[in-house]
Amino acid sequence: MLYFLSMDNLLIFERGTPGRAGVDMPACDVPERQISELIPEAYLRTVPPGLPEVSEPELVRHYTGLSRLNYSVDSNFYPLGSCTMKYNPKVNDDAAALSGFDSLHPLQSEETTQGALRLMYELEQCLKEIGGLARVSLQPAAGAGGEFTGMLIVRAYLEARGDRRDKVIIPDSAHGTNPASAHLAGFHVLEVKSGADGLVDLSELRKLVGPDTAGFMLTVPNTLGLFEKDIVEIARIIHGAGGLMYMDGANMNALVGLVRPGDMGFDVVHFNLHKTFSTPHGGGGPGAGPVGVSEALVPYLPAPTVEFDGTRYRLDNDRPHSVGRVQAFNGNFGVLVRAYAYIRSLGPDGLAAVSENAIINANYLLARLRGHYQLAHERHCMHEVVFSGHRQKEHGVHTRDIAKRLLDHGFYAPTVYFPLVVEEAIMIEPTETETRQTLDAFVDAMISIANEAEASPDVLTSAPHTTPVARLDETLAARRPVIRYRKPLTPHWRSPLTPSPLSS
Amino acid sequence: MRYIPNTPDDRTAMLAAIGAGSFAELISGVPAELLLKAPLRLPPALTEPELMSELGAMAASNVDTASNACFLGAGAYDHFIPSVIGHLATRAEFATSYTPYQAEVSQGTLQATFEYQSMVCELTGMEAANASMYDGASATAEAALMAQRVTKRAEVAVSTAVHPHYRKALRTYMRGIGSPVLELPYSSGEGVTDLDAMRADVTGSTAAVIIQYPNFFGCIEDVAEAAKIAHDKGALLVVIADPIALGLLKSPGELGADIAVGEGQPLGKSLSFGGPYLGLFACREEHLRQMPGRVVGETVDAIGKRGYVLTLQAREQHIKRERATSNICTNEALIALMAAIYMAAMGKSGIRRVAGLCVQKSHYALDELVKRPGVTRAFSAPFFKEFAVKTAKGVGPVNKRLLKQNIIGGLDLGAHYPELKGRMLVAVTEKRTKEEIDRLAGCF
Repeated sequence: MLYFLSMDNLLIFERGTPGRAGVDMPACDVPERQISELIPEAYLRTVPPGLPEVSEPELVRHYTGLSRLNYSVDSNFYPLGSCTMKYNPKVNDDAAALSGFDSLHPLQSEETTQGALRLMYELEQCLKEIGGLARVSLQPAAGAGGEFTGMLIVRAYLEARGDRRDKVIIPDSAHGTNPASAHLAGFHVLEVKSGADGLVDLSELRKLVGPDTAGFMLTVPNTLGLFEKDIVEIARIIHGAGGLMYMDGANMNALVGLVRPGDMGFDVVHFNLHKTFSTPHGGGGPGAGPVGVSEALVPYLPAPTVEFDGTRYRLDNDRPHSVGRVQAFNGNFGVLVRAYAYIRSLGPDGLAAVSENAIINANYLLARLRGHYQLAHERHCMHEVVFSGHRQKEHGVHTRDIAKRLLDHGFYAPTVYFPLVVEEAIMIEPTETETRQTLDAFVDAMISIANEAEASPDVLTSAPHTTPVARLDETLAARRPVIRYRKPLTPHWRSPLTPSPLSS
Repeated sequence: MRYIPNTPDDRTAMLAAIGAGSFAELISGVPAELLLKAPLRLPPALTEPELMSELGAMAASNVDTASNACFLGAGAYDHFIPSVIGHLATRAEFATSYTPYQAEVSQGTLQATFEYQSMVCELTGMEAANASMYDGASATAEAALMAQRVTKRAEVAVSTAVHPHYRKALRTYMRGIGSPVLELPYSSGEGVTDLDAMRADVTGSTAAVIIQYPNFFGCIEDVAEAAKIAHDKGALLVVIADPIALGLLKSPGELGADIAVGEGQPLGKSLSFGGPYLGLFACREEHLRQMPGRVVGETVDAIGKRGYVLTLQAREQHIKRERATSNICTNEALIALMAAIYMAAMGKSGIRRVAGLCVQKSHYALDELVKRPGVTRAFSAPFFKEFAVKTAKGVGPVNKRLLKQNIIGGLDLGAHYPELKGRMLVAVTEKRTKEEIDRLAGCF
């Protein structure tokens, strides 16, 4: 991994000089008047916003420099569990950039947007088939948005039946967004403990299920990378009590073309298009979190839906039972285009090959690393595998140290300290787009780190050593939050946190 | 399949290393009756040229704003986007990176986000900003939720001069927790929120008063007076601001807003049929720990060098679960980066110039439109880049005529406000030329 350490570390605000600008605007071609003739003086700023003043070349060097400090999937392997950092096909970006998609206003008439509506309609058909679902709304902007929308749908369905049940059961291994989304949708969250085998403990579940059970939120495979073998029975228990089954589709990369959520008995499912369907993660977003439902829940989907009468596509806002809008417009359309391009590129066989190879790659890592790290559960995994840093802890080395040391080897770190049910968790998801050679190189790095943990633990606890910055002090950041730049009082004043760029 | 490197030989070798006889053995934990018996019923795989030919045709069947002059706004605007934004933000090091959990190898995203937060604070006049929300509508709803946490009150009062879709999204968000949403009327003459009605309707149980600046009709609200009314009753004022307008107009912070949110799309993001866009979110420092979403903070590394990390994470869902300030995880980081590059490219003078051109051209357009027979201005309050006109010919027929002239006309306000039938909301950005404006007027 090659980083460029010579960067001077200046903020954009510390570059440039008064009077510079990065854009020349055309002259005004209509008769120009005093602004204060058009808008009362009292409404106008007296001090301009303190934005940077840099020329275009400075701007380009600044952001190019910043980009070189970033790890990315185009540069190397991201073993992040539950994040599905697969390769992002380039042609998908080209498709989203087509002027007929990228330059379309969201409120244009249906007659001028038939192609875009068609794409949305067809993407919905694909996701319906992949999920085994009756309908899918493309509106939610991310996975958590899909969860919130899905749980509102559960709520609307129950309310329509005059049912006031308000408890949602969620396993202790779930993503934090599950309880947060359920809470936002107005439910009380009950946590069900995982059994010793890492799966939902049916006897614990039965204790919690009752006439107040609104639903059960489950990730399949779960965050331990294990398939819930009792899923059919779980669905029977929840449905038997009158509750609904929600599937967090974050781990759909293990299932696509292999098993369908609808066939397992799920009533509501969200997809993460920025995971399973390869859209780039952008350093934290954007994503898209379409939510699909079974037949009985279709009336409650967000409005509008896209309808097709055989000749024309249209947006249907006349949905009286809908939970409403969750976004201002049509969802993250640019992300939808990329996901659609991906599904069409793979086709049914390609999609099945995704989950098959993702599962083989994860089990290959499991097999090669199990002698060096403690496995959380001794059995085959699905698309991700969870280890514990328990053995290394005996040498005073924690999972966070293993993670930081991996950065020195040119790899990103796995997801760490999650799921919460595994001590010192190390959660690895290789995805299907990594080669055996890359996986071997990653395994070699992990083994070398395991050896270092015994021989020279200090190297790990002080890692990373080769990155643009050394280990950062997160405690200081939280204790004394500095979350914005403030112009220094005198030109040469620097924050006590800020060493001179020349000394660094 | 070009995206999957494993060959049959690779798979055989890997299964051998695993100690499994077949792939089926790996998934023995999946009940057999659940396994798909036949391939998914999806269209067959396409090669790259086949794919682009099909998607190209689909895209080409749309009427886009690249080849048609766009006077449609209503929350999404056709502003000029400097070339550098696409070139820099689509660098794979930014676009294909994950959320910066490992800060030491994510300083690019982290520093850029810190700078973004700082620029949002400068523009809004607020003291703290987060790393982004989904869009303007969800940011508005999150602001209402935050105000509820701060005030420990439930009711939310929102002006009917706020974007109708934002109000719908707000109602959706409030639906789960059962919070009442009160709509405040606008004055039909001026086209701004009726402050007398606001004074009467906002009470000691109001958590948030929400107005838009400029509002949905393009009119400039009296934010300072709204702040006074909200604060008199102990409520927070939430201002949904157009970031471009803030190049010229007083900032929400200066006028007394407690939370400033907005749609960041005008800051360098393409229209893209409605997304991905960018939820701007900023607040006062005293409420920082109630703010939703990710935040980047400055710190130092082990040898004292300045660096950036995700901070104040104890507010977030991965730590606090159901007690988190929001359920948001994935945000709009890449769009926030685009907005940051836009703000840095425009800079102190450029953002003012863009805003000034919007004011000049929109006022010229209004002057030209009201010269046409049967066209009158719908509201009297000062406006920024968008205004409503009443047309005797009807909005639909005028828009049809405009489309024939390669012009995408304004929004039919009657579709959202029954009482405003026959009114068109016209947006005029700095991109519109005198020739286009004159052509627009000619069709009325």
